[in-house]
Amino acid sequence: MTAVDIVLVRKAIRERARWRSLEIAFWVAAACSYFLFPTHLVLLTQIIISGLFAMSLDLLLGYGGIPSFGHAAFFGLGAYTAGLLAAHGWGEPLSGLLAGGAVAGATGLLFSIVIARVHGAAMLMVTMCVGLLVYEAASRTPWLTGGDTGLQGIAMWPVLGRFEFDLFGKTAFWYAYAVAFALYLAARRYVSSPEGLALEGMRENPTRIASLAISSAKRKMIAFTVSATLAGFAGALLAQTTQIVALETLSFDRSVSTLIMLVVGGLGSLIGGFLGAALFVWLRDILSALNPVYWMFWLGLILIGMMLSARGGLVGGVALLSKRMRAMIGSAT
Amino acid sequence: MLGFINILLAGIAYGFVLFLMAGGLSITLGLMKFANMAHAAFAMVGGYSAALLIAKADVPFVPAVIGAAFIAALTGALFERVLFHRFYRAPELEQVLMTIGVVYVAIAGATYFVGPEQIAISVPAWLEGNVPLGVLEINNYRAFLILVGLALLGGVVGFIERTTFGAKIRAAVANRRMTASCGIDVDRLYTAAFALGSALAGLGGALSVKLIGLDPYFPIKFLTELLIVVSVGGLGSLGGTFVAAILFGVVDVAGKYLFPEAGGFILYAAALIVLTVRPQGLAGPQL
Amino acid sequence: MLRTTVIACAIIGLATTLVRADDRPVKIGWLMSYTGPGAAAGAIGDAAIAAFQKQNGTVVAGRKVQIIRRDTTGPAPDVARRIAQELIVGEKVDFLAGMDYTANTMAVAPLSTAAKVPLLIVNSATSGILAKHPYAARFGFTTTSVAKEIAIYAARQGMKNVYTFVHEFEPGLDAEAMFIREFKAVGGAIAGSVRAPMKTTDYSPYIQRIKDAKPDAVFVFMAAGELPSIFLRQCKEAGLDQTTKIIGTGDIVDEPNLPTAGDAALGVITAFHYTPTHDSAVNREFAAVYSRVAPDKSLNFIAATTYDVLHAIYSAVEQQKGELDPDKTMEIIKQLKFESPRGPIEIDPATRDIVQTIYFRKVEKRDGKLVNIEFASVPGVKDPGSAR
Repeated sequence: MTAVDIVLVRKAIRERARWRSLEIAFWVAAACSYFLFPTHLVLLTQIIISGLFAMSLDLLLGYGGIPSFGHAAFFGLGAYTAGLLAAHGWGEPLSGLLAGGAVAGATGLLFSIVIARVHGAAMLMVTMCVGLLVYEAASRTPWLTGGDTGLQGIAMWPVLGRFEFDLFGKTAFWYAYAVAFALYLAARRYVSSPEGLALEGMRENPTRIASLAISSAKRKMIAFTVSATLAGFAGALLAQTTQIVALETLSFDRSVSTLIMLVVGGLGSLIGGFLGAALFVWLRDILSALNPVYWMFWLGLILIGMMLSARGGLVGGVALLSKRMRAMIGSAT
Repeated sequence: MLGFINILLAGIAYGFVLFLMAGGLSITLGLMKFANMAHAAFAMVGGYSAALLIAKADVPFVPAVIGAAFIAALTGALFERVLFHRFYRAPELEQVLMTIGVVYVAIAGATYFVGPEQIAISVPAWLEGNVPLGVLEINNYRAFLILVGLALLGGVVGFIERTTFGAKIRAAVANRRMTASCGIDVDRLYTAAFALGSALAGLGGALSVKLIGLDPYFPIKFLTELLIVVSVGGLGSLGGTFVAAILFGVVDVAGKYLFPEAGGFILYAAALIVLTVRPQGLAGPQL
Repeated sequence: MLRTTVIACAIIGLATTLVRADDRPVKIGWLMSYTGPGAAAGAIGDAAIAAFQKQNGTVVAGRKVQIIRRDTTGPAPDVARRIAQELIVGEKVDFLAGMDYTANTMAVAPLSTAAKVPLLIVNSATSGILAKHPYAARFGFTTTSVAKEIAIYAARQGMKNVYTFVHEFEPGLDAEAMFIREFKAVGGAIAGSVRAPMKTTDYSPYIQRIKDAKPDAVFVFMAAGELPSIFLRQCKEAGLDQTTKIIGTGDIVDEPNLPTAGDAALGVITAFHYTPTHDSAVNREFAAVYSRVAPDKSLNFIAATTYDVLHAIYSAVEQQKGELDPDKTMEIIKQLKFESPRGPIEIDPATRDIVQTIYFRKVEKRDGKLVNIEFASVPGVKDPGSAR
């Protein structure tokens, strides 16, 4: 590479690491929502947590190109880990959070080693089976997980020793916001790092990457571990902020819903997961209250419509829109 | 021991029903490389059609089931022409999400038009009760299912292997462009194959109502089972799907009989092992 | 002139404040399943509410009753908890009611206690959920009370060897443990026990196990809905009914799903707290209004209990003349004693649990329709607690 090339590459990387207005808008809006909707903090917290989980899937699918139908397994593992810790007397939030992430991450690493040889369509089936297996295991051990009744009796200690989890959900909201934002920053760093770029390279052109002596299996391992750890953090957050863990956290339904959130928001953009989660969870809340049948119907239609036209989801749509607007303004001046 | 044989037969009968429903999915996945998550919705169409034909239009059982297969075939062909064929070259993820959208619409539609409760199907007297077979007594309906399943297996395989139409399908799977350049209308071919797959699904759905009931959530409930059967069997291979379906039925039912505490665990674990050791399934194309 | 104006203004002002005082509706947060498994219960509950309000109006002590319905989507404790939190904090409901699944109730109860909002349970049937929650009361039944009664009945009928088959969830485990304990206590023997996951649709392996054991009877407990009917049909197909009596709790012969079971349900004997064919004036009147507001909906225990819960709420509001205080509400509820469509009921002040008559019924065909017919009863049954 010539000196000019290196400069161009560095510029490209810097460009991609720059904060886009959409990202800033989301995190500012999320913070403002605390003041605008004080009676809906529980829902808002769920949006942030779902968004974090969707972002973890984005790292795997959007950046790594690895499809997964069983990502909820990591989410649920994180949730049950943090939940079990608290239900058995250790209610300290941050350590519970770390424990959840660690267990999920370790499982992700193990899993990636086992499925090193699997690619493409088979990956979808295998991840689906793993998800189902973990769900069954949790369902058949009610003495551990509470089974259908859910894991109850979770009592959380105050965050940082000072902020008690209150009935309104105020502490829960800021706790989730802070953790999600911190992890978001970390994820951004990651995708601009050599690791993250190699991951994307693997998605775009596996042969080329292999020729650059970057082991694809190793990249897969890293992608799964990082993604699973983040998913575990999200699950732990859910357990701690709602003080209950249901089997649903491990379900196929959650895996699919999160995939939908991510695609609706925009794959490969990190913020897409959060945007998709916001739209999905909010719409579901409204439409389900009106008439539960409507929710399924409209969700289905939106999905079909989206796949027929708007590629790139919300992020893509916004990018397209802003490009057009810039063009309009440009031609007007 | 007798009990166990009964269980085996029950498992096999269930496997046949699964085969009917999964067979079409294997064809579309293998032939058109189209990940159709909505396949079970066509089975549901068959199920509801048969039940309603019998209940509201007083159609006898066998014609109702055949009618259900037709209705499912028409529905399948319609969706293929209007919507699905646009996605044949789209990335898998888009196919998956689009067809999941179709599933949700189907569930909402079924709930709205038929109601959320489970429906029953009334079968004629000759299908009720048990038939003695030496020391055994097989349930009539299960015996019927096995016979019908065998006949269909033979029929479908014969159709694919021996007829011109089948040859065209096999050609198109192997090399679409070549087939088209031979003057064969591949689009019409695909629609026909899709209709066939949907007909089988509808048949399976109609026949399964007596065994396992039917409600609007059927497409989701059976999606995972069908996907496992199809991937373990191997995409595009009807024979593979058949073996996988029978295995699935037997392992599921026998597993619950021998180890009721384990639930579905055995089944999913077995599927996972097969897929990790042989990702292309039992009889699928080498990946 | 000025005096008249001042007096007129004062009167108008006073009248306005009076009107405003009654403007606040009595808000009831109603949590039931309207989608997913158990969706039928939600619709039936709504029909019962409509029936009650047709008879008693929508205004109590000058205040309008506002029922805020939310869908818990089935047994989803996390969803139920979030909904309850929003109802308490956002809508500031005066009552929380409905509650079909135990999982949901257990998630909501701590919120009721923390926020001091009375929680009136229509259906969750597990023992032990009321103890830690002073603002919760149950109006339905407990699985253990019914399981105990049918065990005693079975022994008295000369059944010696019984197999138990339950759905694998909290109430199921409760039912199994209680039946086994009580049946053994009166000299019976248990031929075997097996549990099936809630989502099972093919019961052949379990039915085969039961057949292998050749018991006099099989005690069945499953969540009310479509699945018990499928189970009964598969029992008949396997020929189980030829050799073994089927006994259980009323959940398995729930009226809306009886037609699905068809003749496979004939002769099944169950113990339960409500039968639509119960012969009383109150029940006949209730059934009549119910069929007028919801002609296409079957009448069942969810409807009867919902009706009673509304009766309780209206009583509480009336007796406090519209000024609601949670502690006073609970005092009133603990003293409740009235004639329900199911028979006489009261709330035990010590446990806040239901005290009622348990009936033994048999499935018979009347006018070509399958119905449960009562033939015996045990009055004043209290929750016997858990046998686990």
